[in-house]
Formats: sequence, C-alpha cells, structure tokens
Amino acid sequence: MVPLHTSSETDASAAFAPAQPKADPRGAVPPGSVGLVSPSFIAFDEPLRLSSGQVLPRYELAVETYGTLNAQRNNAVLICHALNASHHVAGMSADNPKDVGWWDNMVGPGKAVDTDRFFVIGVNNIGSCFGSTGPASVNPDTGKPWGAAFPMLTVKDWVLAQVRLADHFGIEKFAAVMGGSLGGMQALGWAITCPQRIGHCIVIASTPRLSAQNIGFNEVARRAIISDPDFHGGDYYAHGTVPAKGLSVARMIGHITYLSDDDMAAKFGRTQRSPAQNGEYHYGYDVEFEVESYLRYQGEKFSTYFDANTYLLITRALDYFDPSRNHGGDLAKALEVATAEFLLVSFSTDWRFPPSRSREIVQALLKNQTPVTYAEIDAPHGHDAFLLEDPRYHAVVQGYYDRIAAQLGLPERQSVNGVLA
Amino acid sequence: MSETRRLSARDAVRRADEASNRATRQSLRPDLARIASWIDTNSRVLDLGCGDGTLLAHLRDKKSVDGAGVEFDDARVISAVRRGVRVVQQNLEEGLALFDDQQFDSVVLSQTLQAMHHTEHILREMARVARYGIVSFPNFGYWPHGFSILRGRMPVTGEMPYQWYDTPNIHLCTLRDFEALASKLGLRITDLATFNGGKEVKFLAGWRSTLAVYRFESPMAKP
Repeated sequence: MVPLHTSSETDASAAFAPAQPKADPRGAVPPGSVGLVSPSFIAFDEPLRLSSGQVLPRYELAVETYGTLNAQRNNAVLICHALNASHHVAGMSADNPKDVGWWDNMVGPGKAVDTDRFFVIGVNNIGSCFGSTGPASVNPDTGKPWGAAFPMLTVKDWVLAQVRLADHFGIEKFAAVMGGSLGGMQALGWAITCPQRIGHCIVIASTPRLSAQNIGFNEVARRAIISDPDFHGGDYYAHGTVPAKGLSVARMIGHITYLSDDDMAAKFGRTQRSPAQNGEYHYGYDVEFEVESYLRYQGEKFSTYFDANTYLLITRALDYFDPSRNHGGDLAKALEVATAEFLLVSFSTDWRFPPSRSREIVQALLKNQTPVTYAEIDAPHGHDAFLLEDPRYHAVVQGYYDRIAAQLGLPERQSVNGVLA
Repeated sequence: MSETRRLSARDAVRRADEASNRATRQSLRPDLARIASWIDTNSRVLDLGCGDGTLLAHLRDKKSVDGAGVEFDDARVISAVRRGVRVVQQNLEEGLALFDDQQFDSVVLSQTLQAMHHTEHILREMARVARYGIVSFPNFGYWPHGFSILRGRMPVTGEMPYQWYDTPNIHLCTLRDFEALASKLGLRITDLATFNGGKEVKFLAGWRSTLAVYRFESPMAKP
C-alpha cells in the first residue's frame, strides 16, 4: 500500500492551520525541517506473544529516525502515532517531497522536539498499513495476505513490539516517549509496562480509557466496514475487492469526532454546496450542504489509501485500552509502577478526549506523588488541536524538552524554528 | 485559529519570554523569602497561583523541596515549565479536587486570597490537602486606607493599585478579620509576618503594614 500520509488526523485541520512548511517542489529544505527522509524496515524474528493469547510469529517495523543517537544513548525520543498516521513523523519523504511528516511542526532542528539534540524515532505499529506487518502483509504460513486471520492487537502489544525496537537501537532508556491521542496511550503503556526504560512520558490529548460514547462511535465505524458487501469477512484481498464504501463512512464518522462544533460551524455552517435556483434546496439525498461534500470527499480519499482491516484493529485496540482494568478500575494503582516524569496536555474544545479525561490521569499521578506537569490549552480546534500550531502548546512542549535536555546534560538549544520562531 | 486568538496565544508566549528574562535577574521578594523560611527542607509543598514558579524553583534549589504548583495563566504556566517547576494548569476557583487529603506538608496561597470568590472554600481546601497553610494578602487595615475613606474615596495604594471599579480584589480584610475567619474554620495560626514596601513591620503591624503573611496549621493535622 502506498503511504499517502495526511499531515494531520483530519485534513480539515490543514485548512484551519497556519500553512505547514510546504516542501519546495525543487526539494529545497525549509528551515526547521529534518529534510528528506526514507524509512527503514527492521525485522524481528522472535515470536511476539500478544494480549489475546495469539502469537505473531515474526514482524517487521517501518521506522524513520531523525537526529543522532549520542554515545551515552540517552537522548532518544520515541514518537507513537495515532489512528491513521505512521512512522513518517517529520521531514519530507525522499520519494515524494510533498509528503511532509504528520508531526513536522513539532519535530525538527530547533523545533519543540529539537533534533539537533534529540534522536527521534518514528515507528509504524504492527497492524498498520503503512509498512509494518499488518493484515495486508503476507502471512508466511499461507503465502497469502493475513486478512481476517491477523491477530487482534492491544496498546500493550504495540509497546512490547516497540521495546524490541529500543533493543535493536541499543537504547536502554528513552529520554521520552511521546504521543497524542492513541499515541499518548502508548506512552502511558510504556510508563506502566517498562517503567525503567522511559525517563519522561508525554501524553497529549489522550485518555486513560474510552468512554461508552467513544466505543459507540468506534462500533458504528466498524459496522460500516463489516457490513460492506465487499468486506468478505476481512478477506477482501483474495476477492480483489476493497470495502471502500464502509471504510469511507467509518472515516466520515471519525472525522466528525476530531473537530469541534465551533470548528464545523465556522468552516461549513449550513452553507449549501450548489443550491438550486434562487438558493433553493434540491429536495433529495445528494449532497446538499458543504459539510456533506467535505465529509464524503475525505471518506473517499481515505478509503483509497487506508486498509479496512487496519481500521478495525486499531479502533478495537482503542476500545480495549484500560490500564486500570487489572486494578479494580483504580488508575492510580495501575500507574503506581511508573517511575517516569509526566507531561500531559489537553485542549479545551476536544470532546473526543476532553480535558476531564486528562485530569483523571493527572489526579492519579498526583495521588501517587509522581512528578506531573499539566497544561490545558484553550484552543478551538477540538481533538485535532494536538496536531496544530498553537504557540502556547508548542511553548509548553518546547520548555519541557529543554528541561529534559538540561537534566540529561545535553547541549543547549542552538535555534528556535517552527511555530515559535 | 482566529486572528485574535492567535495573537493572544502569541502574546502569552511573549509574556512568558519576558518573565523568563526577568527571572534570571531577580532575587526572591521579602515576603516570599519569609514564606520559604517557614518551609522545611525535603518537605512537600503545593503553591497555589504559583505564577512563573519563582518560589517553587527557590525551594527546590535551596531546600530540596518536592513541589507542585497550580496556575491558570498560560504565560505563567509556560514560564514555570521552563524553570522545570511542576505545574498543573487549573482555575483555583474550581477547588483542589485533583489533590488528596493531607498530600502536602505545606500549601501556599500568595497574594491571591483577596481575589477569590470562594474565600472560605479555598481555605478549607488548603487545610484539607496540607498540614500547614500559608496565605498572604494586602492588609486593608493599613492606616492610609482609613484616611482615604475618611476623605470619601476608596484607597488606592502600592499593594492595591486598583480603582474600585476595576479591582480584582473582591474580598479585602484586615489582620483581625482574617484571624476571626481562621478561628471560625479551626485553623490554628502559628506565625505572622507583616511587610510594608518590602520591609518587615513589627510595631503596630495592624495599621502600618500593607501585606500580611500568615501560617496556620490544619485541624486535620495529626499531632
């Protein structure tokens, strides 16, 4: 599958956000960009035992790295991705310079996560469709795509797969593991599963567990995919079909949850797409309003590059995430093992994972007397705000990373690029 | 992002930059120095309205204090993060629900009490989360204030530089007023320091001081 990455969780955000540093068509590198990047693919032949009890016999992870791992190997940062992103976190793809990484505004020389001092790893998770082993990969046992036979995954499984990546690089302890949304859950997972291997845990726009409403949205998305006649029980590769209709509806639903009501009102309102004469309605079910046209377009585009089985797997992993589950619902107990210091950030208009969910994590950490910093950014862009260029948000993250650098005795920041330049 | 919103976001970062530059030149204010003197080495401290983290950074560096701050203002949160002070961004009026009972040795509320809507509530909350509470506030009993009122005008002075119609100070009190409330809430006052223009005042403090700093023990404190 060709990774056609969007620069944010939704493309809508790109329309609201200040211009991303667009790659120059001639390949010139804008200031603060890590430049042209290519993924590497790292194979792990030791079977991975999964939470479900199933075993993934071997897997490959697609990875990009930026900056240089220092001699002490203490300046490494792992960036975990959310639902529809990948290892392409920053810079411009060497084979398509217009393809800018999904968190390029955050990661680069002189940016908040400063690659002049930190060695940053972007990793694509197993189950994905952007290069790491997933349902569309060939199952070595059958010689055919895994399809429906690909094992179910959890956030913990991703963390365990990433731990082997840390071993591969000889990184005993990450300076920080960081992610937004589902990526934040992986950062939390690291702090709980391998407390000794993470200095700082940076959790942005995330939640300690999905609410019934969150699961409800995921279920509607999954039903859309599964009930598409082209889905064929997940083995659509063999049938030469793609459940594009179902996947595109799933994406439309997800998309709505990434935006705030204000955002949608400002961008679309009740504007009609192409009104009939005298501004009349068409009185039918074709596109009547701008918002419908937009969502349909986003859904259809998504269905051309994203794998439906991956969408199912990832939404289910979101549903299953609940570190307090084995502790009678007590999140503080679940986090007791954590030795990392924490930074949490939430956004006021995020109704998918609202500030109150981040505060639950903060409260649990405070209860455990675990060092925690928490910023609640008053931003209008809903859940998607974590990918956008709010100067306060970036100042908090940058200030926090500069302290990590000072703690580790890394060099001082040489430049300020990106949002705060 | 709307233009005004973006400007205010930029402005918060600019104010944080200015605060960071100032911080490197400044020594601790006398009232904060006194507060620091009441805090034990290696203790746990919560600073409510911690601003740019000046006090907590001082306590961390000089007394190995394990501190946390609460601050609402974006620019101050950024400044505190830059100093490596642990800060939780929250409006104090929402209370201290994030914090457990008796989680800290001391809790500080510096020059904020007079601006809070729920005065009694925050004092009770302070007594809930820590053994010792420290509050500072402008002394309304400062004698020129009385003089000003005799002349028919609300006082406007150094610690309270606001006109009556634009002041954030909605709950002003004198030293005795505060002591009466503390008594009502079961807070046992252990220390008092009073200041005027950055200098400590010991004689006739109720009239001559502009700023009062009290330390009290929580009724929940275990003997």
